[in-house]
Amino acid sequence: MTYFIDRRPNAKHKSAVNRQRFLERYRKHIKRSVEEAVNRRSITDMERGEKVSIPAKDISEPVFQHGHGGERSIVAPGNKEFVEGDKIRRPDGQGGGGAGEGGASNQGEGMDEFAFTLSREEFLEFVFDGLELPHLQRKPLKSMEEVKMVRAGLAREGVPSRISITRSMREAYARRIAMRAPIKRALREAEAALTAEERKDPVLRNPARISELKAEIERLKKRIEAVPFIDTYDLRYHQLQAQPQPSSKAVMFCVMDVSGSMTQQHKDIAKRFFLLLYLFLQKHYEKVELVFVRHHTTAREVGEEEFFYSRETGGTIVSSALTLVNDIIEARYPPNQWNLYVAQASDGDNWDDDSGTCRELLVKELMPQLQYYAYVEITPHDHQSLWQEYESVAAQFPERFAMRQIVEAGEIYPVFRELFKRRLSQAG
Amino acid sequence: MSALGRKKRQPIATGSDWSFAVLERFDAELARLADEYRLDTYPNQMEVITTEQMMDAYASVGMPVGYHHWSFGKQFLAVEQAYKRGQMGLAYELVINSNPCIAYLMEENTLMMQVLVMAHACYGHNSFFKGNYLFRTWTDADSIVDYLVFARKYIAKCEERHGVAAVEQLLDACHALQNYGVDRYKRPSPISAQEEAKRQSEREAYLQTQVNLLWRTIPDAPDGSEPLPGSLSQEDDPLGLHAGGVYPPEPQENLLYFIEKNAPLLAPWQREIVRIVRKLAQYFYPQRQTQVMNEGWACFWHYTLMNRLYDEGTVDEGLMLEFLQSHSAVINQPDFDSPYYSGINPYALGFAIFMDIKRICEAPTEEDRQWFPDMAGSPWRETLEFAMRNFKDESFIQQFLSPKVMRDLKLFMVVDDDQEEMLNVAAIHNERGYRRVREALATQYALSVREPNIQVVEAAIRGDRSLTLHHVQDSRRPLARSVYPVVRHLHQLWGFPVKLVSMQEGRIMRHYHWPVEDTQE
Repeated sequence: MTYFIDRRPNAKHKSAVNRQRFLERYRKHIKRSVEEAVNRRSITDMERGEKVSIPAKDISEPVFQHGHGGERSIVAPGNKEFVEGDKIRRPDGQGGGGAGEGGASNQGEGMDEFAFTLSREEFLEFVFDGLELPHLQRKPLKSMEEVKMVRAGLAREGVPSRISITRSMREAYARRIAMRAPIKRALREAEAALTAEERKDPVLRNPARISELKAEIERLKKRIEAVPFIDTYDLRYHQLQAQPQPSSKAVMFCVMDVSGSMTQQHKDIAKRFFLLLYLFLQKHYEKVELVFVRHHTTAREVGEEEFFYSRETGGTIVSSALTLVNDIIEARYPPNQWNLYVAQASDGDNWDDDSGTCRELLVKELMPQLQYYAYVEITPHDHQSLWQEYESVAAQFPERFAMRQIVEAGEIYPVFRELFKRRLSQAG
Repeated sequence: MSALGRKKRQPIATGSDWSFAVLERFDAELARLADEYRLDTYPNQMEVITTEQMMDAYASVGMPVGYHHWSFGKQFLAVEQAYKRGQMGLAYELVINSNPCIAYLMEENTLMMQVLVMAHACYGHNSFFKGNYLFRTWTDADSIVDYLVFARKYIAKCEERHGVAAVEQLLDACHALQNYGVDRYKRPSPISAQEEAKRQSEREAYLQTQVNLLWRTIPDAPDGSEPLPGSLSQEDDPLGLHAGGVYPPEPQENLLYFIEKNAPLLAPWQREIVRIVRKLAQYFYPQRQTQVMNEGWACFWHYTLMNRLYDEGTVDEGLMLEFLQSHSAVINQPDFDSPYYSGINPYALGFAIFMDIKRICEAPTEEDRQWFPDMAGSPWRETLEFAMRNFKDESFIQQFLSPKVMRDLKLFMVVDDDQEEMLNVAAIHNERGYRRVREALATQYALSVREPNIQVVEAAIRGDRSLTLHHVQDSRRPLARSVYPVVRHLHQLWGFPVKLVSMQEGRIMRHYHWPVEDTQE
């Protein structure tokens, strides 16, 4: 007796629960791996999963086992030159011929690490774990591209391409039944009368009545045929309705100081900071645009490659960049359609006179439009005037303005977490 | 198996694509041949599944329905990782000892693979499950799936009531001891799901009274029996508070059973979970002891059946070549010094022995007549059946490993004694060595040697309620470091101090205590 069963349509992911349980149990380990990866990875490298290794001893399921030592005999295959009584040097390490006693696991490799791969989603989930974008505000959009057409039932009018054939035919069918019914009834009556008439005794027949009935029947039959199969009346069209979709667009301005005082190392750190913010935004918005603004004494909008890798020298005027950002917003990113984010990285250098201007610009122009402004100062040294001015901005916009000092690449991620730490979102 | 145009070949199907109709026709052929060979099998239930489902099946150690536990998730990740990297192909078969016997066919398999899996699993393993004495004794193929369903539901219910974490901890502890969940010398009562469910609540109440009886604080009046060694003398204990000897009266090797029945603090649902793990361990107990035989038997039959299909012209040359390639990969045994060596391949060893039994029966040499006087010349099918039914790996090798197989595999025996500078080649595949190599190889498969011998010797029911276990060292082999976490798990279950004493020829070698005592060694 044999039955064949096709189980393929059955649920996959039977192990999903177990997998989740595992990830949950080793959350700490996995998080550590993920954090290391974020610090280590290069910018192009973020969009994939991560191999996570957990020390095997942390993850083992212990059972009673024999340890090393004592006397044991091993039978192995493939003897070539040995004869009884030969002495062999112990192989280095241990268990040169350990004969399959590995307990439950049959994974081969004597491994110290349990390695597995997080999917990209899981990886990012861990990266962004517990973070919440501050002031997530969905702005309604009026522009056409954000309007989504949704089906909204049927209508009597429309373009031929949207005809609903089924519904039109159904209407036509109903109409035909309705229109023919009274005629058919009359026809049946006429036919009955005719038969009755014809059954009568020939003497009693009324030839005039008969021909009259016959004419009537003829007329009714014509009328039935005249009922149209389909009429404009029956046509139904699918209707679409424009539904405004909440905005899911964000633009992120990366502002970086590229003056002589910023070394490549500084830029690398800044790069990761931008990268993380970008990934983070990407996870929350369907569409994230990036605008790179670099500045020394003057600011310029550049492509990503140039932003990170070309070198320039000269002094530093931060306000030039802020002005440019403001101009770009005005020209291309109306704040009622875009969620605006600015991330700025600098070593803190600025012309002393300029810092006050920066604060003015921020408080008056930029901050009212922005969702969030994040500033990192990459320097081991003391703060300069820019930091102090920014502190006063932060005091005015404590919820939307964040600033932090970092020294080494390893600190980026914690800083990032700090900046976007889950906050009690304010009503809105 | 050559067919010099003897008959026009009329293969059922060619190429590598398969369909259900084709599989059914092949199955009919295989069933007819199996019948001819008098293979006694459960009905087959062949399930076609996807790769992912196969990985799921793997992760749950082949249980068609499993309860949830992180360790299965770990297993899944390991399998997935290895599979995606191409380090391992998924085994082409997974078969479950149940009635009907469930076998998985992966949809990616070629036609040849499907036929091979059907021959291997559905007729090979299946008949082994049904025939071998260990499986007959320890498992109940009729009820295992029901029992698994019961276990899954019960554990899910417990998670709901008592929280996932609490259940997980308990399962961790039970899993650590699951190899000690079998009474090796007693025949178990068969498991039946309906009964389980019906009696389960009764049992909860009953068990609790049992435990209470054991742990009640008012002692029995002394019954006048001989004072046991170690108990206090009349003068020291005039009221006889300590009379009554130790509990348990005999050492207990079934640790999980002992815990289930005697752990003082476990709640009834916890006892039930201990029982579930124990029952499942019992279900897998025969598989752990018959790997070589089981795989060897299945390989023998797929090899035999496939060749018959070819001889009868049911399959074409292409399929047969593909089969032989796959077959020789499965029964390949790398040498000990090969980078691919990872112990003895049970498929290779088992297949070699079964093939050799057949050879000895059909064409015995002088050597065979000396070594196997009863077998030489006997009808091979009966002899094979006898070997399959009445042995486990250990005794099977002891009984049937012939000098020829030892020579073919070039088996040799090395003694690794930590008191010696060098490893010693104690025996090789020659006249002087055959018996010792065979003996040593058989021992290698003995569960009692593979796993440390640990037994409960005393539960101090009148004292501090501590639990004392003895580990009897085998050839001075100590316990691995994993003993510490296991003892901790044991302590979680027992709820009072746990002492494990490692003994070598009556002398105490080491103590393992949990919680750790100040006066440790």
